[in-house]
Amino acid sequence: MTLDELGRYLGSPSNREQLAEQFGQHVYLSLVPLLLGLLVAVPLGWGAQRLPSVRAVVFGGASVLYTVPSLALFVVIPGIIGTRTLDSINVVVALTLYTAALLVRSVVGALDAVPGPVTAAATAMGYRPLRRFLTVELPLAVPVLTAGVRVASVSNISLVSVGALIGTGGLGVLFTEGFRTRYLAPILVGIVLTLLLALVVDRALVLARNRLTPWTRSTPGGAR
Amino acid sequence: MIPQLIEWLTDPAHWRGPDGIPKRLLEHLYYCLVAAGFATLVALPVGLFIGHTGRGGTLLVGAGNALRALPTLGLVTFLYLVVGGTQTATLIGLVVLAVPPILAGAYSGVQQVDRRVVDAAVGVGMTRWQRLWQVEVPNAMPLILGGIRNAVLQVVATAAVAAYVGLGGLGRYVLDGIRAVDYPKVLAGALLVALLAILLDVVLSGVQWLVVPAGLRTAGVGDVGRRRPRRPARREVRGETTDTGGGRVDGGAGHGLRKR
Amino acid sequence: MARAWGARLIEFQSVTKAFDDGTVAVNDLDLTVEAGTITVFVGPSGCGKTTSLRMVNRMVEPTSGRVLVDGRDVRSADPASLRRGIGYVIQHAGLFPHRTVLDNVATVPLLAGWTRRRARSRAAELLEVVGLPEEVGRRYPAQLSGGQQQRVGVARALAADPPVLLMDEPFSAVDPVVREGLQDELLRLQSELDKTVLFVTHDIDEAVRVGERVAVFATGGVLAQYSEPPELLARPANDFVADFVGRDRGYRGLSFVAGAALRPDEVETVTVGAPGVVSGDEWLLALDEDRRPRGWLRPRATVAGPLSEQELEPGGSLHTLGLPLRGALDAALSSPSGRGVVVDRDGRAVGVVTAHQVLELLSTERAAADSEPEGGR
Repeated sequence: MTLDELGRYLGSPSNREQLAEQFGQHVYLSLVPLLLGLLVAVPLGWGAQRLPSVRAVVFGGASVLYTVPSLALFVVIPGIIGTRTLDSINVVVALTLYTAALLVRSVVGALDAVPGPVTAAATAMGYRPLRRFLTVELPLAVPVLTAGVRVASVSNISLVSVGALIGTGGLGVLFTEGFRTRYLAPILVGIVLTLLLALVVDRALVLARNRLTPWTRSTPGGAR
Repeated sequence: MIPQLIEWLTDPAHWRGPDGIPKRLLEHLYYCLVAAGFATLVALPVGLFIGHTGRGGTLLVGAGNALRALPTLGLVTFLYLVVGGTQTATLIGLVVLAVPPILAGAYSGVQQVDRRVVDAAVGVGMTRWQRLWQVEVPNAMPLILGGIRNAVLQVVATAAVAAYVGLGGLGRYVLDGIRAVDYPKVLAGALLVALLAILLDVVLSGVQWLVVPAGLRTAGVGDVGRRRPRRPARREVRGETTDTGGGRVDGGAGHGLRKR
Repeated sequence: MARAWGARLIEFQSVTKAFDDGTVAVNDLDLTVEAGTITVFVGPSGCGKTTSLRMVNRMVEPTSGRVLVDGRDVRSADPASLRRGIGYVIQHAGLFPHRTVLDNVATVPLLAGWTRRRARSRAAELLEVVGLPEEVGRRYPAQLSGGQQQRVGVARALAADPPVLLMDEPFSAVDPVVREGLQDELLRLQSELDKTVLFVTHDIDEAVRVGERVAVFATGGVLAQYSEPPELLARPANDFVADFVGRDRGYRGLSFVAGAALRPDEVETVTVGAPGVVSGDEWLLALDEDRRPRGWLRPRATVAGPLSEQELEPGGSLHTLGLPLRGALDAALSSPSGRGVVVDRDGRAVGVVTAHQVLELLSTERAAADSEPEGGR
């Protein structure tokens, strides 16, 4: 392939329009599940961290779910929740499940890592459980949790492409199209855009984490 | 939906010939073993070396992160067009995707061996080679095997996707089924792929259990006797877990690097 | 000590705590913590001292028996509200790493519904009370030393002015020098604030140092002895206590013998920097211009030029006039000349004592007074 080919592909306004549209779809299909998955994982992880029985069920379910290949999950979901077979909602649901399965471990790990004396001190000062969770444990869990969210975001962004095989939008469409027309340019552009999106979201997550955890940056000082 | 699925699976015609279940299953298995085997041969020594020397770790982490974002479908179609439409081209793709988890597992496994243990190994007069094989590798076993498990899951899933460019295996049922609007066939394919993935993971977790030294298996269970307030493992909250391999590579099955 | 107004009394009435696995952590504990005192629970690990402490603020519930604070069963109160009225200090301080020091200290007032402004100004006040500079308030806990963190922990526990303070091995994680400073600080604070303090430690030295009353727990959660420190050191109730208090208990007991009657001897001195010093058959005590001891010059030494500190033998510990006899004996034993240097409150040398003198004084004091001195803290 030559650069000319790439230039010709990107030079066409209709191609650029399609790129923008699929890119937008891709962002939507990867980030909405990220948010939903996080919302599911936090309460689930909270329960799992407290009750060993819940932990066993949640972790067991999460690991089986995580083992199921994406293509399989994408096509099985309509059979389970009754959506239409070639609907992008299937991708959203599947990625939400993956995200939750991955993050529930992060949540539990992050909560486990909160130092015992800190929670004991909070209890001793008269925090009730919900308030303690929201104002002490959850903020302290942010660094570990962010690590999990970063993994999930990268994973989601690269997985959305597989959705093209079951007819949903996103940058995966560029791959199927390139394959059908034996044309390398859209494939290359699709790969680069996916990597770029993953990188940008990752940076954004790091920035958000730093904003949320001012105490982690200011370590030098008195003594360590 | 379930009755049609059962009907499809029990139809004797689907158990015979080049598109029969046994044939497709073996194909899938074959791709997975070849790709995972190759990837292990390449990635394991490199990961151990980098973990042992500590040199090139940052580079490895960066490269691993970038590879994690690589879309499989894009890679597979790209290789198909560039290398030429052969099975080899697709298998290269599978290997490429299986390498990062194994590298990350081996690297972080060796890296995370307790420094005091390594110091003790130096202290009793072990050579570098002895230290690697007698101390670092056994201690890193859980993470090394965790990496291999991830790689296998990766390959099982990617091989299904690669059916799109003409690779055999169980992915065929799903994609052919979609094309022919034969939902029972799609479902059967999905189910078989999922079962294969779960089965392989269970087998590997068994291997992991056998290979991991007994002393490491019980680690972290802690004393069950007297209750006392949890003592902190460290003074401050952990900043961030080592982000080498992705998810929490802790030996459980759900520690996937990423999904396909 | 007089019962202070507003201070609380803590009573354990036949309290037993058994865990699910059958271990008995506390066995039929009957004990009253006097209001306005520092009472120390001491014992080896696993003796139930911490468990007992945690029953006061319901972090642990007793299996049987009652815990009363100011005559009220703690179980009649809502745990969270109960805890807001009881200060709690633990090892490693348990500070919130994600909040600034000031906000850490302001925690309980905020929980109690104070405005942020008022809570913070109260917090700033408390930092000063525990001896921390104002700018520390803006830092995060990780930026403080262990000793500073512990001070913040104390400030946080005091923020809502609780009448009762629970301290669970609060100073165990800091080094000995800092620990001693924190202990002094606690005693100073207590003399001003008059709280009912329950203090848990495994360190008998710390127990007799800070405690007005000391409860020694034996393994299995049994209370072995509950008395004032001098009594504990002089008359252990049984072998366990004697053993736990240790071989040095006689020596430690000197901490409670006032040294007011000590009369130091004169000693020949020399000033650092003086030219051409020749010592005779005796050690010479070297002082600086302010009469602060610098060391000893050995007998029969000849110094040609001005006397520099390099020619001196380093001195032993110093005994401050009026403090308990333990210091005097230690000064004598650690001095190269066999004579301990006695200084006044400003650190100026006033004379020397020998170990023999200290012991003689001790026997006359013992003979003269049958009653226990109040203690020299």
